Amino acid sequence: MTTARKIALSLLLVICGASVAANLLAPVPYAEQFRDLPGSPPSTKHWLGTDNLGRDRFSRVLYGSRVSLLLAPTAALISTLLAACIGGAAGFLGGRIQRLAMWTTDLFLSLPWLFLLLAVRALLPLNISPQLSAVVTFSLLGVLGWAASARIICANSSSLRNSDFVLQARASGLKTPRVLAVHVLPNLAPVLLAQFWISIPAFILAEANLGMLGLGVAEPLPSWGSLLRELQSYSALSFHLWQLVPLLLLISVVTCLQILLSNKELTA
Amino acid sequence: MKKCVRHFAYLLCTLLVSWNASAQFGGELRFCIRADPKTFNPLLVDEEPSDTVRYLTGGVLARVNRSTQQLEPELATSWKVSDNGRKITFNLRSGVYFSDGTPFSADDVAFTMRQLMDPSLHSPTGDAFRSSNKNVTTQLISRERVAIAFPEPVAGLDRLFDQVAIMSAKSPKKEMAVLGPFYLADYKPGSYVLLHRNPNYWKRDADGKRLPYLDAVRLDIQQNRDLEVLRFTRGEIHLINSLDADYFDRLSDASTASARDAGASLDSEQMWFNQVSNAPIPAYKKAWFTSTNFRRAISQAVNREDLARIVFHGHAHPAVGPVSPANAFWFNSKLKPQPYDSQAALQSLAADGFQFRNGVLKDREGNSVEFSVITNSGNKYREAMAVMMQQDLAKIGIRLNVVTLDFPSLIERISHSFNYEACLLGLVNNELDPNAQMNVWLSSASNHQWNPEQKVPATAWEAEIDKLMHAQASTSNAKKRKHDFDRLQEIVYEQTPFLYLINRDTLIGISNAVHNAEPSVLRPQTYWNIDEMWLQGRPQVASSH
Amino acid sequence: MTKRIAKHFLRILLSLLVGGLLAATLVRFAPGFEVDERELDTRLNQQSIVAIRSERVAEPGLAQFYLHYLSRLLHGDLGVSRSSNRPAADLIRERLTVTVREIGIGLVAAWFLALLMAVPAAMRRDTPFDLLFALVTGGLVSIPAGVLAVLFFLFSWPASLAIALVLVPKVFAYARNLLARGYAMPHVLTARSKGLGETRVFFWHVVPTTAPQLLALAGVSVSIAIGAAVPIEALCDQPGIGQLAWHAALARDLVLLVNLTLIVTLVTVVANSASDLLGAAMQRGNA
Repeated sequence: MTTARKIALSLLLVICGASVAANLLAPVPYAEQFRDLPGSPPSTKHWLGTDNLGRDRFSRVLYGSRVSLLLAPTAALISTLLAACIGGAAGFLGGRIQRLAMWTTDLFLSLPWLFLLLAVRALLPLNISPQLSAVVTFSLLGVLGWAASARIICANSSSLRNSDFVLQARASGLKTPRVLAVHVLPNLAPVLLAQFWISIPAFILAEANLGMLGLGVAEPLPSWGSLLRELQSYSALSFHLWQLVPLLLLISVVTCLQILLSNKELTA
Repeated sequence: MKKCVRHFAYLLCTLLVSWNASAQFGGELRFCIRADPKTFNPLLVDEEPSDTVRYLTGGVLARVNRSTQQLEPELATSWKVSDNGRKITFNLRSGVYFSDGTPFSADDVAFTMRQLMDPSLHSPTGDAFRSSNKNVTTQLISRERVAIAFPEPVAGLDRLFDQVAIMSAKSPKKEMAVLGPFYLADYKPGSYVLLHRNPNYWKRDADGKRLPYLDAVRLDIQQNRDLEVLRFTRGEIHLINSLDADYFDRLSDASTASARDAGASLDSEQMWFNQVSNAPIPAYKKAWFTSTNFRRAISQAVNREDLARIVFHGHAHPAVGPVSPANAFWFNSKLKPQPYDSQAALQSLAADGFQFRNGVLKDREGNSVEFSVITNSGNKYREAMAVMMQQDLAKIGIRLNVVTLDFPSLIERISHSFNYEACLLGLVNNELDPNAQMNVWLSSASNHQWNPEQKVPATAWEAEIDKLMHAQASTSNAKKRKHDFDRLQEIVYEQTPFLYLINRDTLIGISNAVHNAEPSVLRPQTYWNIDEMWLQGRPQVASSH
Repeated sequence: MTKRIAKHFLRILLSLLVGGLLAATLVRFAPGFEVDERELDTRLNQQSIVAIRSERVAEPGLAQFYLHYLSRLLHGDLGVSRSSNRPAADLIRERLTVTVREIGIGLVAAWFLALLMAVPAAMRRDTPFDLLFALVTGGLVSIPAGVLAVLFFLFSWPASLAIALVLVPKVFAYARNLLARGYAMPHVLTARSKGLGETRVFFWHVVPTTAPQLLALAGVSVSIAIGAAVPIEALCDQPGIGQLAWHAALARDLVLLVNLTLIVTLVTVVANSASDLLGAAMQRGNA
């Protein structure tokens, strides 16, 4: 393992470990508002200062890491698996199945899914727990986020259909599901890993915007997306370094994942 | 101390400069509107961008001076309200012409009123005059004298004409021929609206020179408030009509002349509970929400001082009721904001059989007290207030779930399906006269938010409110009206159908280059006297590009 | 080839018909469709509010609306936008060039920057290059669109660059991995070991094997660019189709949304069909 990969893995483990141990590491509850100290700079009591409502930023970053690091990769996995199944199978089987699958994918890419999200919000009870709202949000993102990469995977899978090793596998009597699982899927890994890596920050940021529709992680539970919303205004332009911690964390995790996942391309 | 010296020095300089400076003609004033105007017909205006264009281009018979809050003559030199508010007679100014040269006369006033009172119009301007379904009649006494008669008394009749822009009965340009200080010169959808000086504007300054001083007004269409503030700091725009509290502090630090706090506005932020009898919510929750003790307890448990201090950075005040203290005449000064008292809240709840044990509040049936509050997404202040109320209520064992929804979904719940428990919204008051709130207080009205469109008043106090509103609307005696509306405010205070939270301050931005601006809490806050405002420096040639 | 093109044309037509219907369905049955913001205007009296509500309720059902819409469309009438009170055709025509320019420039810039990083990263895996580009793209993909919008306005950069910066990490991630896999192919390893120049290896051996996938990525990047244009234009106040779509969605403007969905469907299907055709042609060439 190269040095870069070791560093990436260590950093990732530290961040994940800190989020898992949030209960032990957080000095104060994440929802508690210290109303005498709204928007205060770092101090011995509040290591990363407080937000505009006086909540300890360090505690919120820890608990937010837990939500985002657990749910965003899960949603990314869902979307990647869906893309792999639909795109991979369609490309491999070819013909009408491929054409129908890609036609459906194109339609999926074009539709205003905002309204489906609104409908889901309307169907959900108003009094759901923040945890459940977080799970529902990320699940929706996972289910809706497969279409773009499915096309690329289909093209990839289509080119593998007539490759030598696949023809050989089929000629030796292997059934299609086994050929797909053992021979095709591993060769789709580069695209699948790219899809997985790119989806994580996209879903974290999308979750924050879904708050506009009544979805997203409900208050007072923090997430990286909601913490990053602090930065999205002109008043944040006089930001201080401690306000950037959620952004730096996200960049670190995303970069570390890319470094760890990027060497997994296989030879044909 | 340093800041005080700086303020004083600046004030002194400003006074010296303004004493020496005489108004300059020319220049293009720029500020932003949030969206494209939906109409240029002044009678159909029902949203802010169109209202801005109407204000700048429309000539009215009488105008409320936003500084003194008194009604002043404009196109009418005088008027008389008679028959207990059923009739108003105007004496019109002579020698006035529309922007296209068409002469102005009583005929135009009659034409405008006929258009306005068309029952199919459905505009806020027209509805303000509509006290019954019977016809409104206009009588042309002479070329410069017109009388308008209404079937029923109209409360505050003369002041309503502040919103009525007179249209030409004869001009081929129809609503594009105007009597205001500016006329519409160019409109690029999604980009800007450009207004040029009306060469036939009737008003002159003290030296006899025809107003306005400005050559043009450019309204840039900008929805993003961050970008609006950035452009203001760069000097690309001259005014910000409504500034957020965090931007205010930032601009204040930069230059004391740019950001101003004009004091408490007429608007309020409030929460209410769903009291609709057939709402799809559990029966035990309906029982909570219809209990005065419960509502009062929630009101007592909310720390309004903290909301004003933290969410609005001190640029807000705890609210008392439907009328802001800025509305000096109509505000019931005997009432004080509900003080924060969680112990008193628990006592109010105990009176209804609620019990607070192990940090959880339960009703007499053993149900944990938990409810949701919906508010519109994108309003960071309401979201912040809801989160602060979450902590306040947690202290008395109540779990509050905050749900932000896009506006159509929210309206759907509060007006159609009634599938909600509590709602946090604001009330925008454009009028000082409480008669404008008729459609909030009448129990049969659609905007009687907590329980709209009642066939008969559900409670005795709502029946009393109905009576009071009808009584104040049917007389022009200011003292009697004040007495009735004071009583209404007392009832609302006792029964708490709305939990009034705060009155925001009117925060505005005015560039140092703008002179004669007199910020007001009444809309439009910064440019209500636009015909007398002028720009310092070399006049810029008005352009459209 | 002609038959193939004709099939794609029919496919596009079917996509438009079905896409428009599905979009109309989603909007029509979304919560808040039958409401009007004016209902909360306390200045309106009860009769006006009842009249406003009746207007909404009187709107035709889904099937009737769509058939009526299609028959008008055949005459070039795109309907009237409910939220703006203006013909949808005028609104779209005024704004289309802004978005086309932004997306066009954004796509070209994104691909240029992404390939500029992806090619060296793929050629020299596990080097400081790879690490640096991982950091750059990791940073870009993590910055919220709202922050980009404010920064871009602050420095007076064009919105098309914001779209490019949103696209770069996505294009880079796929392109880098596809090209890296291409470089790992046995025939490429053989070519390199035999001393073939890097440029020749890249254009003659790597690109042909990865071209179908890269073309698919190109087609998909058009959809991603359109998706990115909506929040960028809304936040940067650019008067383009994206901003129009956002306002239409908030206002539940059915006519405008169906029109915009048809445009997006057309662009998406054409872009992906073109990439499919080219990809298939290249695969046949390689075979």
